[in-house]
Amino acid sequence: MKVLVAVKRVIDYNVKIRVKADHSDVDLTNVKMAMNPFCEIAVEEAVRLKEKGVATEVIAVSVGPKAAQEQLRTALALGADRAIHIETDERVESLAVAKLLAKVVEEEQPGLVILGKQAIDTDNNQTGQMLAALTGLPQGTFASEVAVDGDSVNVTREIDGGLQTVALTLPAIVTTDLRLNEPRYAKLPDIMKAKKKPLDVKTPADYGIEVASKVSLLKVESPPERKGGVKVASVDELVDKLKNEAKVL
Amino acid sequence: MSILVLADLHEGQLAGATAHVVAAAKEMGGDIDVLVVGEGVQAAAEAAAKLDGVSKVRVADNAVYAHQLAEPMGALLVELADDYSHVLASASTTGKNVLPRLAALKDVSQLSDIIAVESADTFKRPIYAGNAIATVKSDDALKVMTVRTTGFDAVGEGNNAPVEAVDTVVENSQSRFVKEELATSDRPELGGAKVVISGGRGMGNGENFKLLDGIADKLDAAIGASRAAVDAGFVPNDMQVGQTGKIVAPDLYIAVGISGAIQHLAGMKDSKVIVAINKDDEAPIFQVADYGLVGDLFEILPELESKL
Repeated sequence: MKVLVAVKRVIDYNVKIRVKADHSDVDLTNVKMAMNPFCEIAVEEAVRLKEKGVATEVIAVSVGPKAAQEQLRTALALGADRAIHIETDERVESLAVAKLLAKVVEEEQPGLVILGKQAIDTDNNQTGQMLAALTGLPQGTFASEVAVDGDSVNVTREIDGGLQTVALTLPAIVTTDLRLNEPRYAKLPDIMKAKKKPLDVKTPADYGIEVASKVSLLKVESPPERKGGVKVASVDELVDKLKNEAKVL
Repeated sequence: MSILVLADLHEGQLAGATAHVVAAAKEMGGDIDVLVVGEGVQAAAEAAAKLDGVSKVRVADNAVYAHQLAEPMGALLVELADDYSHVLASASTTGKNVLPRLAALKDVSQLSDIIAVESADTFKRPIYAGNAIATVKSDDALKVMTVRTTGFDAVGEGNNAPVEAVDTVVENSQSRFVKEELATSDRPELGGAKVVISGGRGMGNGENFKLLDGIADKLDAAIGASRAAVDAGFVPNDMQVGQTGKIVAPDLYIAVGISGAIQHLAGMKDSKVIVAINKDDEAPIFQVADYGLVGDLFEILPELESKL
């Protein structure tokens, strides 16, 4: 079966973000960008399924600016077979991404779609669930284990307070949590080979999807700074402060 | 204007998160209905009826809703949503699992993790792991959103709202519950505890987390961990506090052997009082701690336990 994996270009997770002076958004000029960490886990899982002989082909797809092709090339270097780039410079909300992915699912008919559970820029945690709803497919979100068995898949999910396992009929949508796997690094020869792998470029209009959203971003601010307090010299002083100054004991 | 709040359940009982979501709904204004979905959830519905500000409680109690699987719950919400201007759930793993399905099927956007209500259509939400706060306005006819419970104080329990049954039953042949393994603990739940004590990579190994037990017992605290401690295999992931784990805001947060990576701070910086214990006096955690104690945690923890 084919496995479709979605990747997003986001700010590198190690970068400290800056809010623009006019508070219109976060400033991304000259900032290091990378593949969203949860998407790396999704690519890794898809590639492992291919290595196990479960997947026959891994297709990576990304919605975003031209530069998102860097992340698709990374996915190809990690083991994806081909890529689809849906190019747009607009701010694309989860719903529009899910609509575009639903069109790709319709075209490609994958047995499994794997996405990160959330992107570390907008922190929405919506796209996989929306895609499942739009395609009418079952979902296994926040996966820490994925076991394909014939025409169904068992997904172990990280839920509040523990783990839940659900059995889904295939095709299905899976979103990744942190413990699903540890992504590999791309090797240089694979990076070279990835340059020759097919990468199709499309636009939202090719799929007949309007990406505009009814949500407007009015303002972006830095959170209130928490000011550091004092250093105490001993456990006795700490207990005293907590009792008599902070009054939390 | 009327608001539907999807109740949060924990092992079939009403979870504390619901009272916080009702508080957020009250700030938006309008009638507030609470929807309780599951199997054998009458007690949870009666508990929800006590929450101040609730107009009525609707209960969908059927085997198809057992374990709150996303597919049937999403389908039920789609059936019910037309009566409402807003549908809210807590940003728990259940709320996050289900609500985007409703939003997609109603062709509206979802706002995730709102922390403040500016008006009935304008909200604040954290982005970039809480390193920026966005103010967003939704012009969708139906507003679907998850609520970060730490942003709103829980409503009280002096109400006696009517409880009515929802007879809508949906089909589900696509997903099936297999099993659940919930961490059992006598301690309070991380998300709701008044005191949280967390260990980081500085704890050295999983065995050493026992050093936190005695202090947690004395303070009735939940025990958490940094992602570094989870990644190192010291403790299970459900203990993780941070951007990729639980977001907590207790009255007292004690960080032990935690350096204070951005991703950890995102999960605890709204705590009222923060204590940091770390041997490295340059650790970033001290920049957010109200009280810092520099030293060897293996000496400090036993002493602290004895002096509480």
